[in-house]
Amino acid sequence: MTRSTRTHRRTRTLGLTAAAAASLLLLTACGGGSSDAGDAPEPVESASFEAGTTMAELSQAGAITIGTKFDQPGFGLVGLTDEPEGFDVEVGKGIAAQLGLSEDDITWVEAPSAQREDLITQGSVDMVIATYTINDTRKERITFAGPYYVAGQQIMVGANEDRLTGPDDLRANPDLKICSVNGSTPSENIREYLASPDQLVLFEVYDDCVTAMKNGQVQALTTDNVILTGYVAENEGEFKLVGEQFTEEPYGIGITKGDTAFCEFVNGALQTMSEDGSYEEAWTSTAGEYEGTEVPTLPTADPCV
Amino acid sequence: MEPVLDNLDLFWSGFLRSLGIAVWAFVGSMVLGTVLAVFRVSPVPALRAVGTVYVAVVRNTPLTALLFLFAFGIPALQVNASFYVFGVSGLVVYTAAFVCEAIRSGINAVAPGQAEAARAIGLTFSQTLGQVVLPQAVRSVVPPLGNVQIAMVKNSAVVGAIGVGGELFSVYARLSSAQGYERLPILLGVAAFFLLVTLPAGALLAATEKRLAVAR
Repeated sequence: MTRSTRTHRRTRTLGLTAAAAASLLLLTACGGGSSDAGDAPEPVESASFEAGTTMAELSQAGAITIGTKFDQPGFGLVGLTDEPEGFDVEVGKGIAAQLGLSEDDITWVEAPSAQREDLITQGSVDMVIATYTINDTRKERITFAGPYYVAGQQIMVGANEDRLTGPDDLRANPDLKICSVNGSTPSENIREYLASPDQLVLFEVYDDCVTAMKNGQVQALTTDNVILTGYVAENEGEFKLVGEQFTEEPYGIGITKGDTAFCEFVNGALQTMSEDGSYEEAWTSTAGEYEGTEVPTLPTADPCV
Repeated sequence: MEPVLDNLDLFWSGFLRSLGIAVWAFVGSMVLGTVLAVFRVSPVPALRAVGTVYVAVVRNTPLTALLFLFAFGIPALQVNASFYVFGVSGLVVYTAAFVCEAIRSGINAVAPGQAEAARAIGLTFSQTLGQVVLPQAVRSVVPPLGNVQIAMVKNSAVVGAIGVGGELFSVYARLSSAQGYERLPILLGVAAFFLLVTLPAGALLAATEKRLAVAR
């Protein structure tokens, strides 16, 4: 029996200077640099509610937990201050004030799109105010108060793009690509205007869409008008909005399913905010800072079911 | 279970899309990985260096970073393609580094006497490798290659992040956040459809292993 003698192979270690410096350029959306939104709403002095209701519980506990977006310029964005800022946040503060709670009594929890219903059904938050479009599938699991704002989907293109003047031009130009975010309502709405599903390019965040637009890999970006105006303002002269708003996205406030009393209270609180001007102020100090936005009027509340 | 059954067609098209990505990435990474392995054992120092540097750089880069470099870096060099092509290429380039190392380990496992004997009867380097060493090496690399390729199938879930739409994981995002279905059943559905790719792949591997095995 011969045994193959194995000569030790010299492993040559190649002095490797892997200078693979892949610096990821994180394009953080700096949302207009809005600071503290003016005067915080004053908590109502003598807030008393019927025993056993959610309002009584929250007001007695002296604390409320609200879920909002942490990455949506103008609505809910956590910047350098570690505190979320935006229209949703101001609306939340206004409602809390009418429960007799001050700004410091609010605990903010991040509510990404995919987790909003779960946060409510698991009781991790008392309400969700997070650019939360009211729809029937969602209503099966939670109840919506509001709407407190009606956004609309629009299209943004490069400043020199003239083939696209609205969603209807997509089918006629199948080589044009339009970008949006995975799992968002606008990405679903745009599908009916497409010549083929390949026309729609989806990323995890809108910033990637903007990069792809600058690279010429996609020609358009679609989502709610308020988000787009933010990008137009941030990238001066590079982008423009085209066409009318072609959807209605009523933003509601998500609460536990079936809590009609709380829903009615929130609707009343919104009404009060609209009457005393704090609704308008919440808007002008946040999302309303972008050029080309109009001060909204509080939409009529849906019936609480 | 209902949210999955209601949207079976969407799951099915996502499954086909993911399967397509996996098949392309499998073929591409096997070819590129084998070429790299040949580089790494070749008698030409320059080729060896290329293979070594490739593996060192690519294997140590996170897949997500690599994919974004493909999607947004290559267009900066005025070369443009669809995000599908970028996604598959990224997956091929990444997986090939692991395939290369698995194959190289198989080549090293073939007794050197085999290559020496082949050379002694006058075979060239490519004949030695192609007809003597590699056929024997393949046997021992089936299990590690299987690991690499099954990992690749699961890694393909990441390509959704760079705009390759329609694959299984984007189905999850679409149903759970855009349409508001409960997340858990949808997530379980996605996992089940991934099993539909990986389980048969595993069975195929076991069969291949058996076929190539020799009685010792």
